[in-house]
Amino acid sequence: MNLLNLFVIALRSLNKNKIRSLLTMLGIIIGVASVISMLAIGQGSRDSIESQISGLGSNVIMVFPGATFRGGVATAAGSAQSLEMDDLEAIRASCPSVKYISPVARSNGQIIAGSNNWNSSIRGVFNEYLDIRNVEVESGSRFSETDEKRASKVCIIGQTVAENLFDEYTDPVGEKIRINKIPFTVIGLLKEKGQGGMGEDQDDIIYAPFSTVQRRMRGDRQNISQIFISAVSEEKIKLASEEIDELLRKRKNISKYEDPPFNIRTQTEIVEMFTSTSNTMMVLLAGIASISLIVGGIGIMNIMLVSVTERTREIGLRMAVGARGKDILRQFLLEAILLSLLGGLIGAAFGILSSRLFVTIMDWPVTVSSYSVVLAFSFAFIIGVFFGWYPAGKAARLIPMDALRFE
Amino acid sequence: MKEQDQERKKIISVSNLSKIYDMGAVKVHALRGIDMDIKEGEFTAIMGHSGSGKSTLLNILGCLDVPTEGKYYLDDADVSHLNKNQLARMRNRKIGFVFQTYNLLPRTSALENVELPMLYNPEIRRKERKDRAMNSLELVGLTDWSGHFPNQLSGGQQQRVAIARALVNDPVIMLADEPTGNLDTRTSFEVMKIFQELNEKGITIALVTHEADISKFAARNILFRDGRISKVTIIKNIKDAREELEKLPPEDEEMEEEKINKLI
Repeated sequence: MNLLNLFVIALRSLNKNKIRSLLTMLGIIIGVASVISMLAIGQGSRDSIESQISGLGSNVIMVFPGATFRGGVATAAGSAQSLEMDDLEAIRASCPSVKYISPVARSNGQIIAGSNNWNSSIRGVFNEYLDIRNVEVESGSRFSETDEKRASKVCIIGQTVAENLFDEYTDPVGEKIRINKIPFTVIGLLKEKGQGGMGEDQDDIIYAPFSTVQRRMRGDRQNISQIFISAVSEEKIKLASEEIDELLRKRKNISKYEDPPFNIRTQTEIVEMFTSTSNTMMVLLAGIASISLIVGGIGIMNIMLVSVTERTREIGLRMAVGARGKDILRQFLLEAILLSLLGGLIGAAFGILSSRLFVTIMDWPVTVSSYSVVLAFSFAFIIGVFFGWYPAGKAARLIPMDALRFE
Repeated sequence: MKEQDQERKKIISVSNLSKIYDMGAVKVHALRGIDMDIKEGEFTAIMGHSGSGKSTLLNILGCLDVPTEGKYYLDDADVSHLNKNQLARMRNRKIGFVFQTYNLLPRTSALENVELPMLYNPEIRRKERKDRAMNSLELVGLTDWSGHFPNQLSGGQQQRVAIARALVNDPVIMLADEPTGNLDTRTSFEVMKIFQELNEKGITIALVTHEADISKFAARNILFRDGRISKVTIIKNIKDAREELEKLPPEDEEMEEEKINKLI
């Protein structure tokens, strides 16, 4: 018997018992819908974490000096004076997977402009830093090479700083401000960036040339407390971090097996760290949801067994007119598969719909990914085959003459 | 007559056929060494009480079961030792079944019921299937009822649909198991009339019945007793179903009309 005929027969037999078919499908519908919406919630929270972390910049690698031990007492991580400008220049020169590199010198202080004052953090960076962190300048200009060389007293300020120092009619660019009593000229205003991954205000920031902050504000010439690097591409992040690790170990004479006095963190690692929790959650939720799929599958098996018993005479007749066991098996198997696939289809629709509801009503970050729909759907299909096989096999093994006389 | 008989091809030939059902403690000898032939174009009635072995024989003849011992040739092919799938193929290509309880698929039109055997023959295309089913329904006089469901048909009509279904795959033999068992006298005769008409067209028929007056419509009666053939009778005065129908008291016209109205 060809597939089309089988398909028609199966559809017809489902159609004859509409309510029963629908109730049987309900298990699969609920299962598929919950798998899809659970995965959507998991994926949504993952995506939102990822997008927050991507606010860090593009393909970012960070290098910190490690902790040191003074007489057996550990000092805070980053306090070791193990990274110098020479290291930075070496990385720039001999790590091919590195695109941009910039040291970061942090400071903070009281900022005064006219009669207003504000307290903010100041970061001394190279011009490249803005590229690493995807920071854009809305008006004004970026730092020039001369600014860095001469430790010019210029700065680029964030929106929050601008709002607090100047009234809305004043263009901050070109204005003079004083940071810890040192006069600076504002040369640029940053584009608004909003809240960061940890809830901090990314616009409450002042950038100045690295040399300016390092020398004029920190009084330090050699040590770097942090280096920001961007890899040439996302795929090269790992390679770049390995290159940096190798180079720094070589420069500091540290073998592969020792703990280095510096730490390298890549953006990927940070993303992984934050998403691992939400992954666990997602697997858990989807796991619970798939239990309902399995329960739905048992429902299908149950109904198919009833159906086989009910239609014993029909099976006997089909066999008497020439159906082989194989034909009967296919017929009932297809019926079970159709039940679960139809259930899967309706379930997928419900799942997508309910995910949308989560977005609109509860304002959750929910992402329905096509793979979750495919996954839930193929899971439903496998369940149809798995739980349909036993009843269909039972039907196929019936002895025609007994089946014909079955009351 | 005798010479002509020998020239005719043997559709069914069984020799020393035995069937033993092993019921654990007891062994039931349902058939004890049957020898018989059915020739092309014959109309044979197999008679006997329940437990005489006639149903067992019909199952074996119909390729629903295999004999414990002995040989069975169907249309010159040895079918005594075929496996399940080969038996299914035989049933599909060589045999037409008619059952006491019609066994039509519910909520399926008469035409589709007739098409059923052809669904299991991949050589027959859709168009041909439909044409053959319609031809078959025409042979039993139900062309106008092709779209009706079994529950919209009378018992006699349902059995005629079943006969059409048995005919549709052009079988070498039609096997009928108590085809009139669920029908009243008039309808029984009507069904027998169709069997006789089909037989006149050259179709070989074997019919199992325990009703003596039904068996008289067949040319040859084989009586079974305790798993053996106890008597073979060649009927001299074969009853003509058409004549017998005329002899029946006429049905009440009004009742008939009412019956038809109900059906429609």
